Amino acid sequence: MDLINPAVVDLSRFQFALTALYHFMFVPLTLGLTFMLAAMETVYVVTGKQVYKDMALFWGKLFGINFALGVATGLTMEFEFGTNWSMYSRFFGDMFGTPLAIEGLMAFFMESTFVGLMFFGWDRLSKPVHLAITYLVALGSNLSALWILVANASMNMPNGAHFDPETLRMTFDSFVGVVFNPDAQAKFVHTSVAGYVAASMFVMGISAFYLLRKEHREFAARSFRMAALFGIFSTVAVITLGDVLGRLDYEHQPTKIAAIEGLWHTSKPPYEPWIIAALPNDAKQESSYEIGVPFVLTPLITHSFTTPITGMIELEDAAAPRIESGIAAVSALRRYEEGHQAADLEMFHAHQNDMGYGLLASRHAPNQDVTAIPPEQIQSVVEQTKPDILPNVFVTFWSFRLMVFLGVFFFVLFAMASYLSLKNQLERNRLFLKICMWAIPLPILATEFGWITAEAGRQPWTVFERLPTFMSASTHSVSYMLFSLAGFTVLYSIFIAVELYLMFKFARLGPEAHGQHDHGADADHLSVVAH
Amino acid sequence: MDLYVILKLVWAGLLCVLLIGLGLMVGMDMGVGTLLRFVGRTDGERRTALNIIGPHWDGNQVWFILGGGAIFAAFPTLYATSFSVFYVVMILLLFSMILRPVAFEYRSKVDARLWRASWDWVFLLSGFLPMFVYGAAFGNILQGVGYHFNWSGQYFQDGSFLSYLLNPFAILCGLMAVSLSVMQGGVMLMIRSENPIHDRARRYASRAGLVAVVLFLAGGVWVRGMHGFVLEQGNPAMPANPMHGQHVSMQAGAWLNNYAAHPVLWLLPLLGVVCMLAEVALVLANRPRVAWWMGLGAWVGTIGTVAASMFPFFMPSTTNPDQSLTIWNSSASQYGLTCMLAVALIFVPLILCYTSWCYYVMRGKVHTADIIKDTHSY
Repeated sequence: MDLINPAVVDLSRFQFALTALYHFMFVPLTLGLTFMLAAMETVYVVTGKQVYKDMALFWGKLFGINFALGVATGLTMEFEFGTNWSMYSRFFGDMFGTPLAIEGLMAFFMESTFVGLMFFGWDRLSKPVHLAITYLVALGSNLSALWILVANASMNMPNGAHFDPETLRMTFDSFVGVVFNPDAQAKFVHTSVAGYVAASMFVMGISAFYLLRKEHREFAARSFRMAALFGIFSTVAVITLGDVLGRLDYEHQPTKIAAIEGLWHTSKPPYEPWIIAALPNDAKQESSYEIGVPFVLTPLITHSFTTPITGMIELEDAAAPRIESGIAAVSALRRYEEGHQAADLEMFHAHQNDMGYGLLASRHAPNQDVTAIPPEQIQSVVEQTKPDILPNVFVTFWSFRLMVFLGVFFFVLFAMASYLSLKNQLERNRLFLKICMWAIPLPILATEFGWITAEAGRQPWTVFERLPTFMSASTHSVSYMLFSLAGFTVLYSIFIAVELYLMFKFARLGPEAHGQHDHGADADHLSVVAH
Repeated sequence: MDLYVILKLVWAGLLCVLLIGLGLMVGMDMGVGTLLRFVGRTDGERRTALNIIGPHWDGNQVWFILGGGAIFAAFPTLYATSFSVFYVVMILLLFSMILRPVAFEYRSKVDARLWRASWDWVFLLSGFLPMFVYGAAFGNILQGVGYHFNWSGQYFQDGSFLSYLLNPFAILCGLMAVSLSVMQGGVMLMIRSENPIHDRARRYASRAGLVAVVLFLAGGVWVRGMHGFVLEQGNPAMPANPMHGQHVSMQAGAWLNNYAAHPVLWLLPLLGVVCMLAEVALVLANRPRVAWWMGLGAWVGTIGTVAASMFPFFMPSTTNPDQSLTIWNSSASQYGLTCMLAVALIFVPLILCYTSWCYYVMRGKVHTADIIKDTHSY
């Protein structure tokens, strides 16, 4: 009997989350630093001032250390859909594989080919040509993000495709529908600009470190100002697009938005509060210790004062008929697959929009086979399946809140940084500089929370309302999964240790040492520079 | 012919192009990685070898990534099933692959003997193992793999990963791929290095080339006696669904049927052998630039030979041959293949142009004396 082992599905999810979150620690810096490098080099080419070339070289070196791990861990992502999500990859290959392949052809090839010239071509290319290469790297990395998010958006909002009972796959109908998926457009800007925030904070924080030590002062002051201004604009853009995304989720993924807001019952406008903090309990389907601001939720989500937002309990009830209809769809599909009778196909077409819910119910069916549910037990399977339509509320609720709190903090920080930098009052505010330095990892943390909100909030689906996560994983044994998980844990731990060591080492070494001393001297050299 | 059938064929052809690009370009860089500890005795020499491929390895590696992406897009069922069936092997490949970018970027950033020596071993591992797995994968699919599908299209594995690793024919194919990669890596080193690296590279490249020829011919003889698969019934225009619609039989020596039916196909293995031998001769004659292009012929011949024997199979199943994955039953939809083709026709020529331009910009010998002074380089 070919059954799905829920433990393997959970381990596959855990491994995917681990490797994706890890990969995403390096991507935001790449996205933002490429543009900052291009901006620095532009100023160098236009003004001819050496300090801007020093900036491009120094930040370029730190970029390189980060980029290597981004590329390495990206390899994992490209293969993991096939190695661990075979059913998903087969079912959704048209829609997900196509943008992924286009990403390689259009963006990643360009970025990777030219990054070599960017590092090695300083002496072989004229200034304008080298600058053009740097821009191509920036363009490549950002186009890369665009196509990845187009692919991701089609999981959240499967536009431009229909399910084909002859092939049992989603069939691609409209390239335009996939590329101009509103979710993709908003997500691309939101995510890539979040990368600019991360890069701004990185450059600003390290510059603050030099200002605190009164080293490389001109270099640090210029880098700081550029980063602060880049950061404030980027933060505003991230927040604006975050609002657009929330609105899209409200229209297309009501379970996600209800979980994000911890909204167990349909809201009562206009009083309904926006909950700042609470302890959502997934098992009891209620929250305790809610603290909220009244009158905020309705306009925030719906951009009106009168529209109610459907709560999770009501969404569960509304899903019951779809689950029942989905069971009929999947049963008809299976009979059609085995016997090719026109009547079964007709039956399937009558219920096909609910097929995903039928697949979701299969884990509660005898032998995971919905055709084997006796008619008198269908209602009980529907009842068991109802809570499954919700994501994990605690995780979704809190990851969203942490992201938002951090975003507001960045806005304040960059606003103050821009002001102090433009007034030339930075070096007097040592506490502020220290905060800037300690804030370096926070935007990366915020983007991780953003990823968790978007992807944990999409659960229980890999393809929203079409394919449940439970059905998507490869049918490995637990020992296979333990083998790969152990390997990833060991390798990735070594990588992060080495990366942090080198980052700290070269950041401490600073720009002036750049290119003048051999690698060997740095340990001793460091103390010379420091004193 | 039906448009859908033409698209499936075109994409199978493009997949071969990608696999050739992967073997040639990534294989070359991995060959340099494998040879690193042998062509370079001192740290300066090793850094010279690394900097010869330094500006290009990242771009070349995208052939590998694109290979994965293109299979995903054009033949999703093949991507989903092959990557999962070979799980343990694929994960080993991945682990060795992800070490490589890190090794390039981090090796020369710390000047400590143990640090650099460790990364040099990583280069050996991450050059040898991926190419070995790449070749061994061909060995395994030629022999067939144990899997079947249930009604929903979910695959289930019927074989153990050990049978894919400890399999003499697969080991032969793996070593063959490693030999080609070492030969090509050696040739690249000859083009851009001086003595003593140049002469050492020459020695390894010529030997690896001869090994490749021997293994290639041995593989050919082996296949004659091996069981192959025959598509008895299956409509090329069928909906891409591996669960039914095909009838497949297993017969000894069947992988040579296509050659018997179309003797012109023998030109492919011939091309492979001739190019490998020519490459060895040109290496010995100190003509590495021309030899490099023979490497292209060697890969076209090798991948072409496998493709010609297996056509139209991608990955036959030994436990349920009727559900074997073929060009006809594992592809994406007609619309998807069309979109991808349009994108590929625009971007593949563009990629070839700018890759060539990058090699042109970075042309010339890399001098060990310059590398030792230069701290920006690898």
